[in-house]
Amino acid sequence: MMPQDIRTSPVCNLAVGDELRGKWNHSRYRIRRRLGYGATGAVYLADSDRGVVALKIGHDQMSITSEVNVLKRFSKVQGKVLGPSLIDVDDWVTKTATYPFYAMEYLKGETLFDFMKTKSPEWAGILLVQLLTDLHTLHQAGWAFGDLKPDNLLVTGPPYRIRWIDVGGTTVMDRSIKEYTEFYDRGYWGKGTRKAEPSYDLFSAGMVMVNLAYPSRFTKNGDPDKQFQAKIAGSPMLKPYAPILQKAWNGKYRNAEEMRNELVLLLNANDKARSPQTQRNSTQKPASRQAQKKKKSSFIVETFLVFTFVFVVYFFYMLGQTM
Amino acid sequence: MRNKGTLRQILLITDGCSNQGEDPIAMAALANEQGIAVNVIGVLNENAPEYHRQGLKEVEEIAMAGGGISQVVYTKQLAQTVKMVTQKAMAQTIKGVVNAELQQILGSQSTMEDLPPDKRGEVIEVVDEMGETMNLEILVLIDASGSMEDKMLTVQESLLDLSISLNSRIGDNEFALYVFPGKRTEAEELLNWSSKLESIGKTFSKISLGGITPTGPAIKEAIAAFGRKRSSKRRFLSDDAPGYTNESGM
Repeated sequence: MMPQDIRTSPVCNLAVGDELRGKWNHSRYRIRRRLGYGATGAVYLADSDRGVVALKIGHDQMSITSEVNVLKRFSKVQGKVLGPSLIDVDDWVTKTATYPFYAMEYLKGETLFDFMKTKSPEWAGILLVQLLTDLHTLHQAGWAFGDLKPDNLLVTGPPYRIRWIDVGGTTVMDRSIKEYTEFYDRGYWGKGTRKAEPSYDLFSAGMVMVNLAYPSRFTKNGDPDKQFQAKIAGSPMLKPYAPILQKAWNGKYRNAEEMRNELVLLLNANDKARSPQTQRNSTQKPASRQAQKKKKSSFIVETFLVFTFVFVVYFFYMLGQTM
Repeated sequence: MRNKGTLRQILLITDGCSNQGEDPIAMAALANEQGIAVNVIGVLNENAPEYHRQGLKEVEEIAMAGGGISQVVYTKQLAQTVKMVTQKAMAQTIKGVVNAELQQILGSQSTMEDLPPDKRGEVIEVVDEMGETMNLEILVLIDASGSMEDKMLTVQESLLDLSISLNSRIGDNEFALYVFPGKRTEAEELLNWSSKLESIGKTFSKISLGGITPTGPAIKEAIAAFGRKRSSKRRFLSDDAPGYTNESGM
């Protein structure tokens, strides 16, 4: 007997061109390729009557059904598209077993790591801002995301936008987190409970950022606080974000908006610090000289006006004294 | 607060086959009859010899008889597995209860799988809710035979990790910790029923590793520990929720 391996399960081994049909709604799906697999099942790209869809097939009724529940809820969060939209829910009956599955909107994009390979480092901050915006909406709707990690995120576009693709860990606030991954889990690092609350997700969001600087991640080794500080200090990409990452690590943010706003401030400040350098060798020099000239002439006008005003006031004052 | 019912579980962590006393599979069946699910985690060294892997077959059989869940893992995956097995087992037990209710309403053949996907969602929400709010009594039974020596630190870390997860739930938890073989008895109590598992660090250093593996007698002792707990509780309150006996064969 060997440790059970999801890769050997039939749900992970559908071949290109395989066709499956739902037991209840009778929709047909033809497999194009496997997009990925996780603890609860595999996701395939498939053709259907309703176009190209992402098809998630699992072997556990419980987890597939709770994911469907979450996706249904997501569609009810007003005004915002939070997850991929849900298209169909059904069972796939084979000779030996019945496997639950659902079809959802196929989001086309790049993984976080692939995206960052071709882009400049400030994109990391911007993606995190976008992520925090979505997290805030989710938290206000009464949910925590839970299993926040690059595997569950995708960058779509252009225009580039971070989206989440796997909602399996999404948990009602104040309950215990359904699914998590050690590196992004504050429980693993001894930094708090696994209770669904905003600070849990914000910790993970910070670790996603850290993960971008350390793609192969790292494991707990000695005092987590010291280890974390050393990792931040050791990465030129993370260093500017140190105060924010530190606060997220220590659970100091009450909500996602607070962290987002601080991050936006920091990104703007960084821009200012960097902009003189970029402007110095550009064609903006004459323009700024002109501005200086304008400033000089306006200074003369101002002085004249002030003196006139003081003189007029003085004149009336004297007039009042003599009368 | 109204008692929402209690789930009772034995979590057996072992690395091989029993070699003394009663048949552990029979003892697991006995536990199951009394509403206690027996879950088993088999721990395997990465370089374990083939005959050792074969020995872990017992792991599956004990869990099956005990109405619980089994999983064989390599040592380094232990922390995640301990938590996963415990929570899956809780869900399975609750699902058994819910399925029994469904059968009363819908007829003898119905289970959750026979419901159309739309209706299933609502049932799962009930199961989720129960899993979050029910009280849990979990007795961890650790194989302390000689071959487990290099795994003890990982076992300890895994249990601490489990307590972080379980204590993040709304419902109450009580843990007890037994190792087998004990110094004088077949199974020895390391930690009596307590809501905190953080204190196990000290008790772990007291474990002396023995040569034999009396898995069957250890499960029997675990059942007795649940019994003692129940009778001492009854003296104070008698609203122990009935009916949460485990449905086997799910």
